[in-house]
Amino acid sequence: MKLYDSVDLAARNLRESVLRNSLTTLGISVGVASLVAMLSLGIGLQQMASRRLQRAGLFDTIVVSSRRDLRSFNREQETEGPAPAQSPELDENARTKIAAVPGVIEAYPDLRFIAELRFDDKPHLTMIAGLPLSSKSSDGFEGMQGNFFLGDTAREVILQKMFAAELLGKTVRNPDEVNAREVAQTLLGKQMVLRYAERQSGSAAADSASYSVISRELPLTIVGIADLDPDSMRGNFRARLFIPQKLMEGLHAMQAYESRDSTHATSNQPVYSTLVARVSGAGKVDSVEQAIKKLGFNTFSILDASKGLQTFFKIVDSFLFIFGSLALTVACIGIVNTLVMAILERRREIGIMKAIGASDSDVRGLFFAEAGAMGMLGGFFGVIMGWVIGRVINFGTNIYFQRLGIPHEKLWAVPWWLVAAAMGVAFGVSLISGLYPASRAAKLDPVQALRYE
Amino acid sequence: MGSATIRAVDGVSLQIDSGEFVALLGASGSGKSSLLNLLAGLDAPTSGSVVVGDQDLAKLSRNELAHYRRYTVGMVFQSFNLIPSMTVLENVELPLRFAEIERSKRGTMAAEALEKVGLAERLKHRPIELSGGEQQRVAIARSLINRPGILLADEPTGNLDSRTGTEVMELIRNLNESLGMTVVLVTHERTIAEKYADRLISLADGKVVSDQVNAAKVVARGES
Repeated sequence: MKLYDSVDLAARNLRESVLRNSLTTLGISVGVASLVAMLSLGIGLQQMASRRLQRAGLFDTIVVSSRRDLRSFNREQETEGPAPAQSPELDENARTKIAAVPGVIEAYPDLRFIAELRFDDKPHLTMIAGLPLSSKSSDGFEGMQGNFFLGDTAREVILQKMFAAELLGKTVRNPDEVNAREVAQTLLGKQMVLRYAERQSGSAAADSASYSVISRELPLTIVGIADLDPDSMRGNFRARLFIPQKLMEGLHAMQAYESRDSTHATSNQPVYSTLVARVSGAGKVDSVEQAIKKLGFNTFSILDASKGLQTFFKIVDSFLFIFGSLALTVACIGIVNTLVMAILERRREIGIMKAIGASDSDVRGLFFAEAGAMGMLGGFFGVIMGWVIGRVINFGTNIYFQRLGIPHEKLWAVPWWLVAAAMGVAFGVSLISGLYPASRAAKLDPVQALRYE
Repeated sequence: MGSATIRAVDGVSLQIDSGEFVALLGASGSGKSSLLNLLAGLDAPTSGSVVVGDQDLAKLSRNELAHYRRYTVGMVFQSFNLIPSMTVLENVELPLRFAEIERSKRGTMAAEALEKVGLAERLKHRPIELSGGEQQRVAIARSLINRPGILLADEPTGNLDSRTGTEVMELIRNLNESLGMTVVLVTHERTIAEKYADRLISLADGKVVSDQVNAAKVVARGES
């Protein structure tokens, strides 16, 4: 029998006992829905975690440090390449070389120091860092209140929202407690004064290492409050205050590492603790990292960190898959039950079909088609149901989030591949469930079957 | 049931020629239906052989038997055995699905077969909406649809009154005479057998007790 005929006859049989078959199909739908809901929760959480990392703006960023700096970002010291003492300095020369690596858009020194700030006549201490204008597009500033810097040397400052809250005298432990919008309303446009130590080279003699330190003040206008923490991966070294990179470079401020690293002071050439290389796409991070390592530097990217995260989510996903599959397994037993009942009811019909020329495979195909049709329908409605469940819970969660002042999150994600996979799985397991009933129907003895009333 | 072996058909040896109209007679449980099932390829003998044309049914695989039932024999049953959820046309069309005949041709073929049995007007009806005689005619149309050479009829008039029974038997005789179909008729009504069959075979306890030419019909033919 041709496939079309099997499907046609199967559809007719399904319509014959529409209630029972609908209930079985509903069972599959619920199974698929639970699978879709579980997996889309897993995927959604994974995407949310990736988004958080992405908002840190670091998926396209590689942090380069000298091997001389033994406190590198990587906990494991590089074993290949030159030994720390023989490795190159991270100076202007290195910056040019790194900027020339294919795939690197720009390489800029990571300038940061602990500064004293005065706001409302109160002093505050925090780490301040330079940011190039190109960081504007970084996801780290997505949802930022206010504006990015107008120019590369504009005397403007962007605050991390936790620090912004601190300026207003609030004590907060969890960044989610801070409503960035509220804070921004009070702070945007306000002035603050930055006090820092300028490093001025002393004598021009080549062997002289003298420099003087002069205390300076710089008024800054608050233009933006960063919702998230664009600098989060740096731990204790993370900055909570950002000023334009060129402005930062122009300050010649004493860097946090300079007083300690006296060996670097043998020339007037600036030597950086770390450089930041921005890559044209996240896909190129790995290859660029390798190329920079070959130059003799240590590198760190969020990709390294996210590898562990991916493993974690694989485990979470497989657990969610197992829980989601339980309902589908019950649904499959439902299919077996329905079809076995159908064999009993249609015993005589099977006998008639065999008497007028149906082969075993025709009968088997018919039951397979019925199982497959229930699976397909169940899969289709299940995906819709799962999607709706996801939307509803997402909606509910976000209402709760809104009350807490936490920005909207998409906890649920149903990507197209999940839709296709869920329908495929529903179809596949239905066919597997149909195996036993179909072979049982195919093996029916026609003489016995025809005698059955 | 139990451990006793019952031989439904025991040591039967007979030959039926092409185009013959044979009646298998006997009381209930005499083995006539079992013999018919062997001829239909629905049952397999535990020993011996059933040779139809040049193939021994006892040696065919399940698949080959299905093919044999599809193209070589047509079956008509006492209880009509139509599928109640299908219309008359769909019932007749069903063997064509198994024969993988194209969809476009099936409707016409089935309608033609129904026209031959005089049911051209009832195509869209369900079997339950037809009289017994009409249902049996639908079953006959279905058995003819793949143009088999042999018609096996198991008590085709058993559920019909005598008038519609006669109509059905006339139809079967017509098929035998006009198309040259071999007919094997199982019946317990001697009068019907004598009226239509060329040869009468009587069975009892699974054995052939008599096998004779139907003298009454030879006489009737001689008169006509």
